[in-house]
Amino acid sequence: MLKLNVNGKPANFDGDPDTPILWVLRDHLDVTSPKFGCGMALCGACTVHLDGAPIRSCSVPVSAAAGRKITTIEGLPAKVGKALQDAWIAEEVPQCGYCQTGQMMSAAALIAKNSNPSEADIIGAMDGNVCRCGTYHRIQKAIVRAGKSVAGAKA
Amino acid sequence: MKKYVLQDKLESSARRGFIKATSALSGALVIGFNLPAAGAKTVDAPMLTNAWVKVDSKGAVTLICHRSEMGQGVYTSMPMLVAEELDVPLSSVKIEMAPSAPVYINAMLGGQITGGSTSVRDAWTKLREAGASARTMLVGAAAETWKVPAAECTAANGVVMHKSGKKLSYGALVAKASTMKAPEKVALKDPKDWKIIGKNKPRLDTPSKVYGKAQFGIDVKKPGMLVASLAQAPVIGGKVVKVNDAKAKALKGVVSVVQIPDGVAVLAKDFYTAKKGRDLLEIEWDNGAGADLDNESIAAALRTASVNPGAIMRKDGSGVADMDKAASKVEAEYELPFLAHATLEPVNCTAEIINGECHVTGPIQFQQGAQYGVAAGINMPPEKVFIHTTFLGGGYGRKLELDFQIQAAQIAKAAGVPVKLLWSREDDMTHDFYRPLSLHQMTAGLDAAGNVTTFHSKLTSPSVTARAFPPVVQNGKDPFMAEGAENLTYKIPNIVVENVIHDTGIRVGYWRSVSNALNAFAVESFVDEIALATKKDPVALRMEMLKGDTRSQNVLKLATEKAGWGKAASGRALGVAQMECYGTHSAVVAEVSMTKEGPKVHKVTAVVDCGIVVHPDQAHAQIESGILLGFSSGMKNSITIKNGAVEQTNFHNYPMLRMSEVPLIDITFVSSSASPGGLGEVGVPLIMPAIANAVATLTGKRVHKLPLMGSFA
Repeated sequence: MLKLNVNGKPANFDGDPDTPILWVLRDHLDVTSPKFGCGMALCGACTVHLDGAPIRSCSVPVSAAAGRKITTIEGLPAKVGKALQDAWIAEEVPQCGYCQTGQMMSAAALIAKNSNPSEADIIGAMDGNVCRCGTYHRIQKAIVRAGKSVAGAKA
Repeated sequence: MKKYVLQDKLESSARRGFIKATSALSGALVIGFNLPAAGAKTVDAPMLTNAWVKVDSKGAVTLICHRSEMGQGVYTSMPMLVAEELDVPLSSVKIEMAPSAPVYINAMLGGQITGGSTSVRDAWTKLREAGASARTMLVGAAAETWKVPAAECTAANGVVMHKSGKKLSYGALVAKASTMKAPEKVALKDPKDWKIIGKNKPRLDTPSKVYGKAQFGIDVKKPGMLVASLAQAPVIGGKVVKVNDAKAKALKGVVSVVQIPDGVAVLAKDFYTAKKGRDLLEIEWDNGAGADLDNESIAAALRTASVNPGAIMRKDGSGVADMDKAASKVEAEYELPFLAHATLEPVNCTAEIINGECHVTGPIQFQQGAQYGVAAGINMPPEKVFIHTTFLGGGYGRKLELDFQIQAAQIAKAAGVPVKLLWSREDDMTHDFYRPLSLHQMTAGLDAAGNVTTFHSKLTSPSVTARAFPPVVQNGKDPFMAEGAENLTYKIPNIVVENVIHDTGIRVGYWRSVSNALNAFAVESFVDEIALATKKDPVALRMEMLKGDTRSQNVLKLATEKAGWGKAASGRALGVAQMECYGTHSAVVAEVSMTKEGPKVHKVTAVVDCGIVVHPDQAHAQIESGILLGFSSGMKNSITIKNGAVEQTNFHNYPMLRMSEVPLIDITFVSSSASPGGLGEVGVPLIMPAIANAVATLTGKRVHKLPLMGSFA
């Protein structure tokens, strides 16, 4: 039995420890915000945080999460989470929306460290996240906006 | 089971005018506002309802979204049309997805289909009238209550007011209004009175999508449900000869293994286990006749077919009769590859059979097709099949297809439990309905002054319609195949658009912008080749050939002015393309430089005239999205075949556009009071010819084949 921590709450998993985190979250714990896109860490739709760092949960076995904290969009620290969600709404980023929770998890890790990212910083953090609708320009704007909001809250 | 289960249904539907090819439809189909009995629920409390509106006695307003939300914004634009005339604030309404029902048939396509950039165009009058109808009944109820003429009453924000100052909320009027007869005719607002249409209202699905709460097909969960992974033949259409499922069944967590016509499904509580079990199946496949296909044999057969005379889709003047009398000729060929849709949400569907009913829940673009396809696939009367549409994680035409809904229902039936079928990315990439590959043979006849007098566009390609809606293709004419050439806007005296349908053996599907993207690449590249041959500026040549077409000339003029035509920076070049499609005129300019890896696109300028814009910000988003999908696919993507099977499997060999590759994009909409044109697909076709034209100007190298980067490998 693996003891997990998902969004601050304890959870157990007694299946195959090789099961990727994504499927434990989606199919066993009913946390469906991380999406399945490729299964090969190529698209970023499944991005969650493991101890605050972004990972592609489709390609990391759940055994690697034992004793560590898994965070999804629902469990982001209030300040960063709200700043991102507000910015994504203000910029009307999503179209189909399928990739966006993954995009936001990559963005959250970026602005938690750097609330004033350059374009290169943003691309560096986000290039692993595919958006087939092509919302990239709006994602960039939303990250800048969210960063300002987080920096403002710090001041 | 029949080769294509919908065929009977579609044949009868086609007779009624199933698809736009038979425009007799408009007379044959009566669009009412009332829901059929099958979709209606008995309600205890009085409720004012029509197919798009429900107002309860508390005044709560629910609007029905009858098109599939796949990013293009119908979840907001459809309610905007209703709410405008119903006079309710959009922020307070609840949205429900429509069931499959005849009232929701798309009159431009003949089925309950989301596609063809038709949602707003089809709904434009119908949905405003549905809102106005309900509002008229509420106003009428108030007038009756107050015993005053209805003309003295007005509605706003869910309240009816009399000129005396008396007010009643919609909720208070529902009981009376629901007993009234729906008006036969309603007056629609003057555009100057619009409060919702033309405004950037917040998208109604955005909050749920950023909070992770939006339900996509892949997120559906039913009590007792299992997840299925389906092994399908490596060659599409192949069949199971023999299966040994002992190892799969021995895997811990595998609950059952069932066989359906398309393959063998392994069921477990989670996808990982189901997929792992499926990979343990030992299956002997009969891959059928398709197993011999490869790129070379497909290309050779396509070329052989191109020698045949095709169906004449458009003939102006004397056609090609005088081609040989031309003072000079320009000729060129263009080739486009098969493409996968590659929606980021892989194909999936959930089916549940309970109490003699089958409930199908998933990312569905063709609700009626799903209903009838599933009914035939599991031998159940169609009226016992209910379609529930979730959000779609991308559609692009892939989710018009019925394979996955039928498979899910068949697995659920065989397994006796609710089932969510989920395809892996590899399943999705290798079992798509591919955008047709194409060979375009273009010939222009010029007079001594260099004017184009004869224009011949001959396309040889598989026909999607011949596969999906066979009765629609008559005398070798697939109306959708001619899109992008038949609607040529250039004023040329003699024009022939000719199509040769050639089935390559690889199954094909409609792909965002359908043949517009294929034909526009050929036509707009070719116009630049004519400009080069006649030493004319590509914009000047187009302006000349668009004489009298002010909408086309206007977008071309604006786009080239904004992009700085004739003023490209050193080391860069501009390329242009223009067309009309889906009732919308647009022009695109691409600014390109060369790098060691090949062409790099710096900036894209687009000007669009789609008539009235219902939602400016989302119209912008759609054009940007179309441009980037056309760009992503046209630069790098190609589906290739070996031993009958698709070679590409995932995003490492079918790469997706990433943030670092995205050019600047400048989009302008022309202000217009014309009826709305389509937008969802308009951005796709012009980006690649614009880029190819810029590349030719910059390097002297004309790209005749996509993907474009293939010419710079």
